[in-house]
Formats: sequence, C-alpha cells, structure tokens
Amino acid sequence: VTAPASKVSLGYDSVLSGVNPDLASERLTASFSVEKLTARLDGGAEHTRMRRAIVEAIESDPAFSRENQYFQSQNERYEAAVRRAVHLQKKMREMGWTENGPEIKYIYRWLSGDIAFLLHRVFMRSISVLGSDKQVAKWIPLATEHQIIGSYAQTELGHGTYLQGLETTAVFDIATQEFLLNTPKISAMKWWPGDMGRSATHTVVFAQLYVHGKCYGVHPFIVQIRSLQDHSPRPGVTVGDIGPKMNFEHTDNGYLMLQNVRVPRENMLSRFCEVQPDGTYVRWGSQKINYFTMTTVRISILSDEVILPLMKACTIAIRYSAVRRQSKLKPGEQEAKILDYQTQQQKLLPQLAAAYAFHFINIYLHELFDRGYQEIQGRNFDSLPELHAFSSGFKAMVTQYCTSGVEICLRACGGHGYSLLSGLPSLYTRVLASCIYEGENTVLFLQTARFLIKCFMAASAGQPIPPSVTYLSSAKPGKCPAKDKLDFLSPDVYLKFFQFSRLLSSSAAKLQHLIQSGAEKHEAWNQCTVQLVKAAQAHCHYITVKIFVETVEKLDNKAGIQKVMKHLCDLFALHGIFSNAGDFLYDGYLSGAQMDLVTASYLDLLAVIRMDAVPLVDAFDFTDKSLNSALGSYDGQVYQRLYEWAQKSPTNQQVSPAYGKYLKPLLQNRLSKL
Amino acid sequence: VRFLFSSALSPEALVINDPDFQHEDLNFLSRSQRYEQAIRKSSLMVMKLREHGIADPDEIYWFKSFVHRGRPEPLDLHLGMFLPTLLTQATPEQQDRFFMPAWNLEIIGTYAQTEMGHGTHLRGLETTATYDPATQEFILNSPTVTSIKWWPGGLGKTSNHAIVLAQLYTQGQCKGLHAFIVPIRQLGTHEPLPGITVGDIGPKFGYDEMDNGYLKMDNFRIPRENMLMKYAQVEPDGTYVKPLNDKLTYGTMVFIRSIIVGDSARSLSRACTIAIRYSAVRHQSELKAGEPEPQILDYQTQQYKLFPLLATAYAFHFVGAYIKDTYRRISGDIIEGDLSELPELHALTAGLKAFTSWTANAGIEECRMACGGHGYSRCSGLPDIYVTFTPSCTYEGENTVMMLQTARFLVKSYTQVSSGQRVTGMVSYLNDLSRQRIQPQHVAARPVTVRINDPISLVEAYKARAARLVEAAAKNLQAELNHRKSKEDAWNRTSVDLVRASEAHCHYVIVKLFTAKLSEISNAAVRAVMTELCLLYALYGISKNTGDFLQAGILTDTQVNQVNQHVKELLAIIRPNAVALVDSFDFHDVHLGSVLGRYDGNVYENMFEWAKKSPLNKTEVHESFHKHLKPMQAKL
Repeated sequence: VTAPASKVSLGYDSVLSGVNPDLASERLTASFSVEKLTARLDGGAEHTRMRRAIVEAIESDPAFSRENQYFQSQNERYEAAVRRAVHLQKKMREMGWTENGPEIKYIYRWLSGDIAFLLHRVFMRSISVLGSDKQVAKWIPLATEHQIIGSYAQTELGHGTYLQGLETTAVFDIATQEFLLNTPKISAMKWWPGDMGRSATHTVVFAQLYVHGKCYGVHPFIVQIRSLQDHSPRPGVTVGDIGPKMNFEHTDNGYLMLQNVRVPRENMLSRFCEVQPDGTYVRWGSQKINYFTMTTVRISILSDEVILPLMKACTIAIRYSAVRRQSKLKPGEQEAKILDYQTQQQKLLPQLAAAYAFHFINIYLHELFDRGYQEIQGRNFDSLPELHAFSSGFKAMVTQYCTSGVEICLRACGGHGYSLLSGLPSLYTRVLASCIYEGENTVLFLQTARFLIKCFMAASAGQPIPPSVTYLSSAKPGKCPAKDKLDFLSPDVYLKFFQFSRLLSSSAAKLQHLIQSGAEKHEAWNQCTVQLVKAAQAHCHYITVKIFVETVEKLDNKAGIQKVMKHLCDLFALHGIFSNAGDFLYDGYLSGAQMDLVTASYLDLLAVIRMDAVPLVDAFDFTDKSLNSALGSYDGQVYQRLYEWAQKSPTNQQVSPAYGKYLKPLLQNRLSKL
Repeated sequence: VRFLFSSALSPEALVINDPDFQHEDLNFLSRSQRYEQAIRKSSLMVMKLREHGIADPDEIYWFKSFVHRGRPEPLDLHLGMFLPTLLTQATPEQQDRFFMPAWNLEIIGTYAQTEMGHGTHLRGLETTATYDPATQEFILNSPTVTSIKWWPGGLGKTSNHAIVLAQLYTQGQCKGLHAFIVPIRQLGTHEPLPGITVGDIGPKFGYDEMDNGYLKMDNFRIPRENMLMKYAQVEPDGTYVKPLNDKLTYGTMVFIRSIIVGDSARSLSRACTIAIRYSAVRHQSELKAGEPEPQILDYQTQQYKLFPLLATAYAFHFVGAYIKDTYRRISGDIIEGDLSELPELHALTAGLKAFTSWTANAGIEECRMACGGHGYSRCSGLPDIYVTFTPSCTYEGENTVMMLQTARFLVKSYTQVSSGQRVTGMVSYLNDLSRQRIQPQHVAARPVTVRINDPISLVEAYKARAARLVEAAAKNLQAELNHRKSKEDAWNRTSVDLVRASEAHCHYVIVKLFTAKLSEISNAAVRAVMTELCLLYALYGISKNTGDFLQAGILTDTQVNQVNQHVKELLAIIRPNAVALVDSFDFHDVHLGSVLGRYDGNVYENMFEWAKKSPLNKTEVHESFHKHLKPMQAKL
C-alpha cells in the first residue's frame, strides 16, 4: 500500500516540509491579489507593514507564546496572563511603544485578550471620563505606573443589563465626610468584574447614592479593596474569584461584598456631579456625554472581540476543508476535498461573506461615531438617539451572527473541530460571551426597535426623521420585477428586498390597536416584543447589505478585488433572502417561482466563491501563532501538526496516578480491595 | 434486579447516597483529576454491579447514568462496544479466549475505528492488516499519518486491548474492512507493546474524563485467530471466506442512533429545566414603571426563547421512545433473517439522529443564552451539558451525511412512486403524487385546508410541505442528471435541496408522532397541556419556516399571521404550567449539576457558596501576587 502523494508519509516524522499540495493548489487559482486585499483590509499598505512588524516583534518573544494554553488549568492560565501582562510593560518600554500610540491596537489584537489587566484599562478610562481633573491627576499616574491595579465593578449577582436595579448602596456621612458602602443583600454582591477576583487593589464601584435619606441613583466610587503591602483584603471587604467559566479562564472575574466600607468624599467620580461637604448634591455638564461613552463601548468591542474570531474561525475551517478529503465524488477518483461538497460550501461560505460584510459595517460605524463625537463636542446632541439605536442594534446583530458563524465553522470541522487543538472551541466560547456583556442582545434589539417605532410614527405624522431610517416612509413596493436568476445579482433588485418595513409597520399598527383596545402601554409593548426584535434585526440587516453594496461600488477594480467582493456581497444578500424566505414571500412581493430563482442564484454563487475561498481567508493575514490551531495553519500540514502537538499534552508527559491507584487493581482483578 | 426500579431502593439510594461515589465538584478539577475520578468510580461501579447482580443492559445503562451523572467515562467503549462486539462477531473459540477475561476486566478493550484522516466514510480507512501465511499472522500497519487511529475512547491511557478495524490484505488482494483483536499494552506493567505507539489525543471541548486516544502500529503481528471470524474468515493458507449478509450491521446502527435521539431529548430537557427554573427566580427591569421587577419568565421574548424548546424536548422524548419500540418490535424479525423493515427504519433514524441532535444542540445554547451572564458560569451546568452533547452532531455519522442518507431513501421512494409502484410506511404520502400526473400542477398546490388549532390538520400541512420539498429535490436532481454526465456530480449539486427535503420529512414525522401520542394520554389535564405543547411545537415550526409553507401554497398570508398570533397566545397559556412541566422531567439536583436549576430555587446564596470553592480561591492571596505583581510594582 503506497500513500497518495498528497499525504504526509511517516518518513517525514517531525519535519513539516512545505505547504500541503492540497492547499498550495488553492492559491494558484486566486482571481485577485491577496496582498492587495490585505492592504485594503488594513486601511493601506503602510498599516500592513506596521502590523506585521509588531506581530513579528511579539511572536519572536517566547514570553508571549500561547502554545501551551490548551493544556493549562485555570490557575496556570491566570498566572500566565499576569506574567504576560507584566512582561508586556517591559516590552513596551523596550520597543518604545506607548498606550496612546498607533501600535497598541495591533498588540492587543495579537494577544487576543489572553492577558491580565484588561479591566485595569477600563478602570483608567472610567476615571479619565468620569473623574474631575483633580481625580484624574491623582489616580491616573498611580495606575499608569501599576502602583495600583484597578477593576470596574458594575454588574451584581442579581442585576446586569438593567443598571437602575443595582442594589449596592453608598450613604453619605456628613460627620466624617465619607461614603459608607454596603452590600445589603446577597443579590447585591458585585459579580463578574474582571481582574477583581485576585489581582486588583482598587475598583470603581457603582452604587445607589443616598444623601440625607434621599436616593440619587447609581454613581461611581473608587474603592480600595486590597492592602498595598500584602495584598490581603481591606477590612469590611470580602473578595474572591467567581469560579470556572466557559472561557476567560485566564481572567479572575471576581465577587465583592462590602460591609460598612468607608471611602472619602473625594472618591466619588465627580466630573458631572458632586456631593458637597454639607451634603448638597450638584450636577453639572450634560449626562448625555456619559451616555455616549456607553454606546461607543458597544461599537469598540466589535472588531477585536467579535469579527476577528469569525475571521479566524473561517480561516481555520476553510483551510482545513481544502486539506480534508472524504468520500468520493466520482468513482475511481481520489477522495474529494470536503470543500467541494455543496453542503460544506453552504455552511462556510456565507460565514466568510458575513465576516467581510461586518468588517465593512464596522468601518462605517466607526466613521459614524467619530462624526457624532465631533458634533457632541460642539454641544450638538441631535444625532445621539440614532447613534444609540445603531450601537445597540449592531452590537446585538453582529455578536449574534458571529457567534453562530463560529459555531458553524466548529461543527463543519467534524470530530477534529472538537479538539481544543483546532482552536475553534476557545474561539467559540469567547465570542459567545459577547452576546451578553455590554448589554444583553434581546434587550438591545428592543432599544433599537423603540427608536424605529418612534421614527415610524414621526414619519407617519409627516415629521422629519434621521437619514438612516427615511426608507421607512417610502411607498410600499409592488411586485419584484426580476425574471431571471441573474437579475438577483443586481444590488438594485436585492436592496429593495431588505428595505421592506412590513415587520415594523405591522408592529406599530398592532401596538396602536392594543392600546386603543384598552391595554396598558407596557403590556402592549410586551405583547409585541417578539415581532419587534425581528423588525430591529431586519433594519440592521438592511443597513449591512447597503453598506456592503456601497463599499463594493467604491472599490477600484485593480487586481480583481472589486469583482470578488461583489460576489461576496451578492452571497451575503442572497443568503439573507434564502434564510428568511417567508418574510419575502409574504404579501406576494416575491413569487414562489422567483424564490426558486433566488435559490438557484445563491447556489451558483457558492460554486463561484469556492474557487477563491482559500485566498479570501489568506487575505485576513493571520499568522499561525495567532491562529493557534492545528487545523488552520498556513501550510496545511494538519495531521502531522495534530499528532505532534498531542504528544505534548500533559496526559502523555506524565504517568497518570490513576493507573497505580485504580487501573492496576482493576486489571489484576482485585476489585474488592478498592 | 427489579429492585432498581422500585421506590424502596431507587438509584438515588444505591448511588447518590453511597459515600463511595462522592467527590469534589468536577468543575474544580483538572483534566487528569477528572480522569482519575472517573476511573475510580467506574472501578467501583463494576464491583457494585456484580455485588447487586445487575446484568440487564438497560439496567446497567441506568445505573451507570447515575454513577457518572450522564457523563462519559473511560470504560464506555469497553462496556458499550468491546464486549458487545465480542458477543456478536467472535467465534466460540474466540469467546472462550477473550470474553471472560474481558468480563472480569483483566482485559480492558476499546473499539478503534476512526482515523485521523477518516471518520464517517468508513471505506476510506487506511490501516492495513496483511496476512502472512508463513507465520499464520496478520501484520498490522499505520502506513500514513492520516491512518493513525484517533479518537477512540479509553484508548489513550486505560485499555490494554483494542478491536482494530483495518483493510484486510490476503493473497495480494484487498478484501475491505475487517475487525481484529489487538493487544496494545503489556499485562502487568501497562507499558505499550513493541511496535505500538499509543497515547492521549489531548484536551477537547468536553469529555474531560475520557482518554480519547491515538494508536499507531508498525509491523505489529497478531495471530490469525485474532481476526473476528464469526462471519468472514481467513483460512490458514490465506484463502478468504466471504460473510453472508452485510445488512446485519444496520441493526446496531439503528440501535445506537435511537440512543442519540433519546440523548437529544434528555439533554434538552435538562437545559430547559435549568433555564425555566432560573427564569422564575431571576427578576429584572420593569414592565410597568413603579412596580417591582418582574420574573424574567414573564417577558414575551423569554417565553418565546424557552417554551418552544420545552415543547421540542417533549416531542423528542416521544420520538426516542417510538424508535426504540419499533427497533424492539422488529429486532425479532432481524434475528429470524427478515430484514424487510430495516432499510426504512435505518433511513429514518439517520435523519432523526441528525434532526434531533442539531435541534437540541442549538436549543441548549439558546437556554444558556437565556440565562444571561450566569449561564456562562460553569456553575449553571449549561456549558457542561453543551460540550458533552455537541459531539453527537458528529459521532455515529456526521449529521449532514446522515441527512443525505435519508434523502437517498426519499428519492428512491419518489422514483418508485413515479414508476407506478406504491410505497409504505412514513413515506406513503408520496403515493399521492400519482394524481399529479393527471393534473399537471405541483403536488402541494392542491388546496389543503389547514385548521391551525387542530394538530391533526397541522400534520397534513407538514406532510404537504415534505411532499413538495421531496418532489422539488428529486426534480432538481433529475434536471442536473439531464445536464451532466456523472451521477455523483448531480447529487452533489442538489445536496442543499436534498438536505432540506430530509429535514422537512423528519419534521413531519415528529409532528405526526407527537400528535399520535396525544390520544394515548388518559388523564384529561395531562392531555390538555400536552396538546398545547404539541400545538406550540407544530405552529412554531411553521412560523420558523413560513417560506416553505407560503411557497407551496399550503398557507395563505392571513393564516401565517394567525399562526404567529396563536404561537404568542400559547406562550401565555403555557406560562403558568412552565415550571411544573420541567419538574415533570424529574431530574435529581445531583444529576442536574446546576446551581441555577436547583429544585429549591435558592440560586444566589448557592452561587456564592460554590464560588468560594474555586481553585483560584484556595489561598486568600494568590501566589501570582508574590511572583509577578509585587516585583513589577517594585520595579516600575
């Protein structure tokens, strides 16, 4: 029996030589320049060069190696993350990188968040934004020098997204000019804050402020929780780690219970409001800027925490699908690459298209928010409701889509996807947390829906509405004019599909109907929420397709990039129609026969994009070390890598104590002695 | 052994309260520790099974599920594959040599089929067993990296024997896959034998307590008598004797897939129990200004996430029971050699295995998401249910491949009907297609008057949808065949349609079985609540697939609106019974393994108690402070 040429013979033990021919052949047929597309994704060849230089500097430093991460226990992961964070400080000084420099985003992107003190950065940001100049001057230098380590304690055991419900209290004591902080009941315990379980010395605690028995709502306080000498908890403080989670094992998410803990009056962050020595509560400036910060955080997580994992998952799954051969498509031929199966293409290629769609929508959102920020600086708050609606809806849609996309990639890799060494389980368990943090998705969709309903009502009453939603007031479309499956590759045709606002208009009608028939407002709202969530999703979907179309139009067609992006854009749109057929067939906008044409056109596109699938993931330009996957490496030497990596598992490095203690007596039939 | 099921000596009394089976919370243990605990409990379990004289497979399964709380364990393959394979495929002489030592656990075996490069497509396996008549031995080899055996449970550290599937070569010819008993570790020292490389494949998403392993063989020789030769044989001179019937293996596959359907139901039920109980305990936000925060179970969006899954869990229970009963009913025929019902059951179980495991997989995640942040903590038990369950979408046949097997049967049935034959069983709805040739219109375009409050009428709607999608797939396949040369190519180009057809068929079968079950329930109150769940299951399925029903003209726009409206009404109707409906699944807290899903609902206190035991909390000040933090602060 001789091994087929494409397989690695055992004679090559421990030598990974060259690129697997199955992957090399995929790169020969690329219809576009991978390097040019990478530069486009990075925002220019300059950026690509800088990114690569930084990645090279980090990867060549063994202190940042993540090779063992899949083998480590929670304790070991935590220690490694702290070690890396400490080492990073040293590295940054060596390299002349700074926290505010252009390098920083590439550094953190490469680290994939697998590092301690990320909440320390949030701690610093919250002081910079919410603190008075005096507070900033006092705390920021200490934090920058790591003389203190901070965290950010908002979420409680009993309350998350609904901030007004927080139960921790801060009562002002005029006599001592201090706030008295308390955790009045178990559900009020702070729960989840990162870096707090073991590392932090200080944290920003969000608590209900009471002065003279009156509650002024939730405010932030700087609280020291551990001794700066021996790191033991301060009197009145109970603090610890909340235990193992689905991922983030390197992070010491913590709990915090406060019993009559006193902090000086000056520790309430007071850029916008203050309690004066006599207990007078004053508020100045606009709360709205504060509100703006929260909405920008939702957008800021999308790139690194949400879209990047989907890009990595696509890279791993598509490269592996070009290497994995299984079953025969034609008798007598070699077994086929699984990427050649239509069912495999249908799983993976829409995810690839979505990764590109979200990359572009992310750029758009950042531009939108930068503009919004300028306006707000100029005291113009008009665009705030729209920005808020955007940030909520897109955070929810992109996290939900990417989470399901990564899971599809995981399952598309069969058994090997289930091994941690594939890299996919840890990508999945990380990205799925994003559906919950920074606002639970269902709640966020409903916030967007509330904005849309308002706009819809305003438009019906002839009032002006923001430009992103003017389509809501356009006339109801008649019938779709498309006659041929090629017609569905025209953006003019498919954009009309997504513009349809029936979900919203019928929700609005139903809301009004319920209220008119005597239902209370809140009850009417609750009864419409299932459909309102769908309406908000449809809105975000439409904007995403629209921005993808506009981006493609602006690309220049050198090096074949515009053409391949147009295919992906079409695929993203048609997949959306194919997956929500009922919404488009309803009302007869699309006939059954037209829906068959959509399906045919969609399936044709799969075969077209299949030819560029590997180059399209190569363009994301992940290094093997940043993918950290046995299945997804650039050279496609999947099996050899899997085999060699598995040997390094601790289970193979040491004799299991289970043998002597249990197996041996069992095997030697001395069961009764156990 | 009947006492196992009597209330006097329940499994609770036998296992849960047995101090020997106690151990620290598994969430706090490393992989090696979890393996060690599992081995310890398995060893004890074997001893106690003997002590209590439990030998019936169902009762062993039951006992085991209490010992290991529904989790995998290193002896799974020994008990579930190695011993049964010896029983069914070994000759009497081989049984004498291997069975009793294996029964007494002097031999611990595993079943080594999957290779690095090949899983579901068995014919592609590369391991070779070449017969050498000179020494009357087989020479086993792993000729390529891709041929290394990979994944078998219990292989990594536990087993000393394996049943290895390999391509048999004798007299210069390949005779296909056969099974061989291969000793892999030295009895006494447990060291790998010369020519054997064996180890653990490393960490996985779940299955921490299982030592899934790899096995590489280099010119490893075993005696001729170690090939399992009840059916096929190799004679001393190398002459190959063919087996009589290969359909027999269908029986085992049907059995294993029926277990997976049952697992889908159980795993989804556990997830629903946790999410629904927690949603009754968790209060959040306000529905009405000024009023106390409501239970999150009162939000329509929360009900919409959870109640259809609750209905699905019940539906899958009935489907699992149906397959098991059908298999029992016809297994007598199988032994008699009557295999006529087997192909349909085989095709049906392939699809149902895929349908139920996909749905349950997504459903468990939906339940976890519905628990917000706390669902993400391992104390919720949901991450564990998910990672343990999710590989069932892949093992025992990758789901997409399974769906295509069902599709093959559907297309075959469609072709039979087109050529004038009648088909029976679950596909008999295809017979109605004969009328279609008289009226040149879509089969499903015939007006079906659907009454959306009547499960029986909804079964008809699902039937019409399945018929239309099977027909569409079959016609697209024919069109591809007319355009292209190769059958395989046409099949591949139609496979998305074919999977859709299979899904519609399975969905129909499930709605049908659920509906049929209703009339068997004698208690009126139980029947009423089951009817609500059945309606919710059927209507929710329509609302999620309105495109299919609209396109085929089965439902009108107005009816689609009514369906959506009725789904929401059912949510409100089911709401008061929701907790009672998950209580009925009757999971013991220990078995559920969830702080959020506790029967007593004391969630927050117990989360705090649980967290205190976390390994990171072992000391008040973590050693990283002294090792890294303090030196850094000193230096900066």
